[in-house]
Amino acid sequence: MTETLVRVDNLSRDYQAQRAVNQVSFSLQAGEVLGFLGPNGAGKSTTMQVISGNLAPSEGEISIAGHDIIDNPRAAKRHLGYLPEHPPVYREASVDEFLSYCARLHGLRGADVATARARVKQQCGLDSVGTRLIGNLSKGYQQRVGIAQAIVHDPPVVILDEPTVGLDPIQIREIRDLIRSLGSERSVILSTHILSEVQATCDRVQIIRAGELIYNASIESLERGHEHSVRVALRAAVDGDNLLALDGVDHVERLDEDRFRVFLAPGADSDALVQTAVREDWGLYELVPEQQSLEDLFIELTHEHEVAGS
Amino acid sequence: MIWVIARREIAAMFLAPLAWIILAVVQAILGYMFLANLDNFFLLQPQLIRLENTPGVTDIVITPLMQIAAIILLMVMPLMTMRSIAEEKRQRTLSLLVSAPLSMTEIVLGKFFGLVGFVVILVSLLMLMPLSLYLGTSPDAGKLLSIYVGMLLLLSAFAAIGLYLSSLTESQTIAAVSTFGTLLMLWIIDWAGASLESGQSVVAYLSMLQHHQRMLEGVFDTADLAYYAIVIVGFLGLTIRQLDRERLL
Repeated sequence: MTETLVRVDNLSRDYQAQRAVNQVSFSLQAGEVLGFLGPNGAGKSTTMQVISGNLAPSEGEISIAGHDIIDNPRAAKRHLGYLPEHPPVYREASVDEFLSYCARLHGLRGADVATARARVKQQCGLDSVGTRLIGNLSKGYQQRVGIAQAIVHDPPVVILDEPTVGLDPIQIREIRDLIRSLGSERSVILSTHILSEVQATCDRVQIIRAGELIYNASIESLERGHEHSVRVALRAAVDGDNLLALDGVDHVERLDEDRFRVFLAPGADSDALVQTAVREDWGLYELVPEQQSLEDLFIELTHEHEVAGS
Repeated sequence: MIWVIARREIAAMFLAPLAWIILAVVQAILGYMFLANLDNFFLLQPQLIRLENTPGVTDIVITPLMQIAAIILLMVMPLMTMRSIAEEKRQRTLSLLVSAPLSMTEIVLGKFFGLVGFVVILVSLLMLMPLSLYLGTSPDAGKLLSIYVGMLLLLSAFAAIGLYLSSLTESQTIAAVSTFGTLLMLWIIDWAGASLESGQSVVAYLSMLQHHQRMLEGVFDTADLAYYAIVIVGFLGLTIRQLDRERLL
């Protein structure tokens, strides 16, 4: 499970004079779902296109399952399924014809084509529309055909660029379930600007802003990491230093007469604080764990960046 | 791999009405011309009989027919080649092929052989007219073969040029018009050369008309084969280069 399937080293990509992606590096392990988050125009799609070999990088190296995308594109692409922002589907073909064609493009032959087609149709909920023309399907179904296209050859790495754009809430939920099920056996890179999507489907999140990677953490640590401040209100006149002296307290911020925000060291909890407050009779009457949502973090980070940039 | 793409290209052509309509219109017009040429031949026949070393039915009926066919197809082929790559770019489906484990060369050759498949169908249907002459007379089989191969090579060269111009744009209309212009220019380029003695040979060599004419007359020359090979390989190379270059932009 620790095999590195995608490795991106110092990737940069220029469009003429403009740098769209700047020195981005990350890697992805097998069985991991990586959320690639950023505002519109931050360089998400460009990064996806470069990783999938649709655009050449200006600088840097990318390897997919150990194969360099520039030096050995054929082997790299064999391990890769890619759904671009606009699903690359032939509107005049039926779902069955299209998926068979995709399977053949990836080197499947004979009975394997039909088997692979049946598998992805079942996975993507396309069983009922096999004979219909793709152009006549709703946006949600076209999107599913796009995802089916990306996984028809059973690749270990799947890249999905904004797979839930333009779908209704029920379809979004279905697609997210599908992505989660993909993540159990494959590595998935999911780009999106919808924050709840990342929280719902990903193991790890990366935030990109103006072409630079500004945040990279697992969802777990994100959720855990930001329980790390508690707001306490004490009736007794307590100094900030008293709190700071406690086990596991990192620093303290005074909010008003009674209230403090106490930042705890990583891994610590507020037990010591509560026990001491009781023992010393500080008159603890409020204790609120402060959980920072991904949204706050996202806005904070992208805003900070804006301030720093300007 | 090339074959997978080529087969889909042909299937896609015949899923849309355009290919059928082109085949029908070309066949109808040339069928009428064939009839007119045949009538002409019957008119001339009494005089021809008295001459020595007379031109045969192939020279009087088939060669002029295929000359006209070439000009009609010069106008028609851009309609078949225009969608090849321009359409994929517009619909953003090219990334399906680019993301698959294929080289650009395989993608372009697949597209090209798809067009060649259509060309083979088209020319084979046209050749049914000369073959029908076997019912009443005996045309020159060697000449017919030379005409068949000549038409295939000419239209394949048209296809290669059209494919390249289709890779330059997202607009099918622009692809069609520029292909038509290029083909027409290559066709008539020796008109200017005819009056300029010095540069004539070079300009004449560039003209498609010259090479096609010789094959229609049954002259099977390696110089003509080389010309078509250079045009086809050259434009396919340009197409591959163009698509590769687009990844860098």
